[in-house]
Amino acid sequence: MLSHPPLRRRSGFQVNAVGLAAGAIVLFWAIVALVGPDLAPHPPGEIVDFDFYGPVSARLWMGSDYLGRDIFSRILMGARYTVGISLAAVCIACFSGIVLGMTAAVIGGWFDTLLSRFLDALSSIPSKLFGLVVVAAVGSSIPVLVLVLAVIYTPGSYRFARALAVNSNTMDYVAVARARGEGTGYLITQEILPNIAGPVLADLGLRFVFIVLLLSGLSFLGLGVQPPYADWGSLVRENLGGLPFAAPAVIFPCLAIASLTISVNLLIDNLPVRIRDRSD
Amino acid sequence: MPLVDVRDLKVEARTDAGRRIEIIRGVSFTVAEGEITALIGESGSGKTTIALTLMGHARSGCTITGGTVELAGRDLVAMPESGRQQLRGTEVAYIPQSAAAAFNPAQRLIDQVVEVARIHRLMPMAAARAKAVELFRALALPEPETIGNRYPHQVSGGQLQRLAAAMALIGGPRLVIFDEPTTALDVTTQIEVLRAFKTVMKQGSMGGVYVSHDLAVVAQIADRIVVLKGGEVQEEGPTEAILHCARHPYTRELLAAFEPLRSDAPAGAANRPPRPVVEVKDLVAGYGPLGKDGLPFSVALRKVSCRLERGRNLGVVGESGSGKSTLARVIAGLLPPASGRVQLDGRELAASARGRSKDELRRMQIVFQLADTALNPARSVADIVGRPLTFYHGRKGRAREARVDELLDMVRLPRALRHRLPGELSGGQKQRVNLARALAAEPAVVLCDEITSALDSVVAAAVIELLKELQRELDLSYIFISHDLSTVQAICDEVMVMYKGEVVENLTADQLPDGARHAYSKLLFASVPKLDTGWLDSVPATVA
Repeated sequence: MLSHPPLRRRSGFQVNAVGLAAGAIVLFWAIVALVGPDLAPHPPGEIVDFDFYGPVSARLWMGSDYLGRDIFSRILMGARYTVGISLAAVCIACFSGIVLGMTAAVIGGWFDTLLSRFLDALSSIPSKLFGLVVVAAVGSSIPVLVLVLAVIYTPGSYRFARALAVNSNTMDYVAVARARGEGTGYLITQEILPNIAGPVLADLGLRFVFIVLLLSGLSFLGLGVQPPYADWGSLVRENLGGLPFAAPAVIFPCLAIASLTISVNLLIDNLPVRIRDRSD
Repeated sequence: MPLVDVRDLKVEARTDAGRRIEIIRGVSFTVAEGEITALIGESGSGKTTIALTLMGHARSGCTITGGTVELAGRDLVAMPESGRQQLRGTEVAYIPQSAAAAFNPAQRLIDQVVEVARIHRLMPMAAARAKAVELFRALALPEPETIGNRYPHQVSGGQLQRLAAAMALIGGPRLVIFDEPTTALDVTTQIEVLRAFKTVMKQGSMGGVYVSHDLAVVAQIADRIVVLKGGEVQEEGPTEAILHCARHPYTRELLAAFEPLRSDAPAGAANRPPRPVVEVKDLVAGYGPLGKDGLPFSVALRKVSCRLERGRNLGVVGESGSGKSTLARVIAGLLPPASGRVQLDGRELAASARGRSKDELRRMQIVFQLADTALNPARSVADIVGRPLTFYHGRKGRAREARVDELLDMVRLPRALRHRLPGELSGGQKQRVNLARALAAEPAVVLCDEITSALDSVVAAAVIELLKELQRELDLSYIFISHDLSTVQAICDEVMVMYKGEVVENLTADQLPDGARHAYSKLLFASVPKLDTGWLDSVPATVA
């Protein structure tokens, strides 16, 4: 045998079809969020149809809404709010939740107790009510919405990450690192995070869906995205009256939400896996 | 006609890259009615895979690709799954390695034991319960009438293993598969369990397949031995013949690994004046909050003192719960003691690792029992071994890589393994990585906490050899914690016997194994299985 076998870096990753398709859809919506409003055939607030809940036609690709506005243009515009606000909020919520959760698990003692009780208290406030009060008091703007949604979803993420980190924390490899004299930062980022990343990412996907739903709830109450702009959730809400007429105005925003949220979850469940089989 | 007839069995596994690997390559053997055949070999030799095919089962990712497995004349490979389900529990039964994992913690034991009878509608429930009680009695369980009403956490590990046997035997199978049923038990408990198994199997004249890596255990219970390596049969024969006139070199290697290698003190150490490198005085430690008397809720160590001279080895033996692992954790600073002192090179150490200097931490390294949990599953071998180099010695980049290669050479691992994750290594390889990480710190003392217990005998012997060699080269001292007395004998100069958190006896290597005076030490040493088919029957029942 050679003393220096060549270091082979073979193609490395195993991607499956579901993950690829989901990734493509998420990418598609991300692009729409960036450039969509520029491509919209009509301004989102303009009334272009004299009929309300109009059908799908060559001019109005997805029909018209309860005021006769073009749904296609409104969905393109709404992508920016839904994807932007929800994604920013979920990233902030999960980042702070995970970092605090792992820190609490590693440090333990008083720090853990105080932080856990504080976040428990926070999560005991009904989320809609909390959002309502804060947004009503401060006024609705995109940064406020992002922060409020992030604060509402941090305690859940914290609980989840802490529960996982506590298990990982009792493993011998963490004990070895402690006996070596490693600091908290190293324990968190190098020893614990890689082992809880999978479930934590799955939780992120789920939380993203919740945030999309809560955002539409706030918009419905008039505290979210302000008219004439609207996120997808509010598009569904404002056109709910069209449901008995099978109006496309209510169906297409639903499809948009479903395709995004399901794709995010499928993507996270089917992330590319590094092929480890290098035994030959 | 034999009870089991396995012919030219082939099992393949598929890797995540889609590559197919043949893990069983044409194995053939037979088991006669009422005979116990042992499958013996190191981890990865395919012994459990073969045992599972006797139930027509292949683990996920594996497929039976060739050959026949006949049980009482019926081929399990060709049979549809529903047919196999009919046989499982009634014709062939399985006793797993970890009974604790096989019982549902939320159900009473008796309900789980009679489950097979309920599933296959073998007999009325009352009759099944009566039979279960009979089996409990046959397996020498205490209070056979009522033990079934307890929950799994209310019985000991050895009792649970016997209850798992009762669960397997209730359907009156003709073949029982034992999958390393005593590996996780203490030597003193192992004796009771083996004795119970042997009695029951003889009474029922059932056929058995006993999977193990421990030749001494197998010698007690098996009529025939099949030696496996790399998915192939190396040698097969009656137990006596295998033990006394093995022909195949691999079998001889297995037998040689069992012989305790006497510890020869390093020549240099004898001449030097003894200088304690680690000294422990009146250590009291435990778990849970401190009570009014200053003692923890559950005390694991009561006034333990010991000392380790430079270049020598101290063995700590005792059954599980004797406090030996707690001692290692206290010395390493992972568990601050309630009282008592730990000294390193004559200087007192802070109670917790946080209060110790980097150099003090570097000079004392701990190696844990289960390499599975002691190595971070998400990091590569190079990362794991390289971290202490960066942390203690500030080595980075190329210097670190070069040193990692040297360390891998030192523990006899191929350098190509550096990119692997721990999950992709064998048990022995993991333990070597575990050791390499400790050596990377360039320590003076290594605390070895049961490091060979999870390894099979050949690999364990190789690891012990390696430890001795490293000691000669690097002037190390070991504190060697184990419940396996033969390995302790092989490496230690002094042995400390612990029982219920106290040191009951200190012995020197030349006094072993017959010099023990304390009753518990005597029991412990008498319980170590010997490579002799008559040993189990010769041990007086009072010991077990």
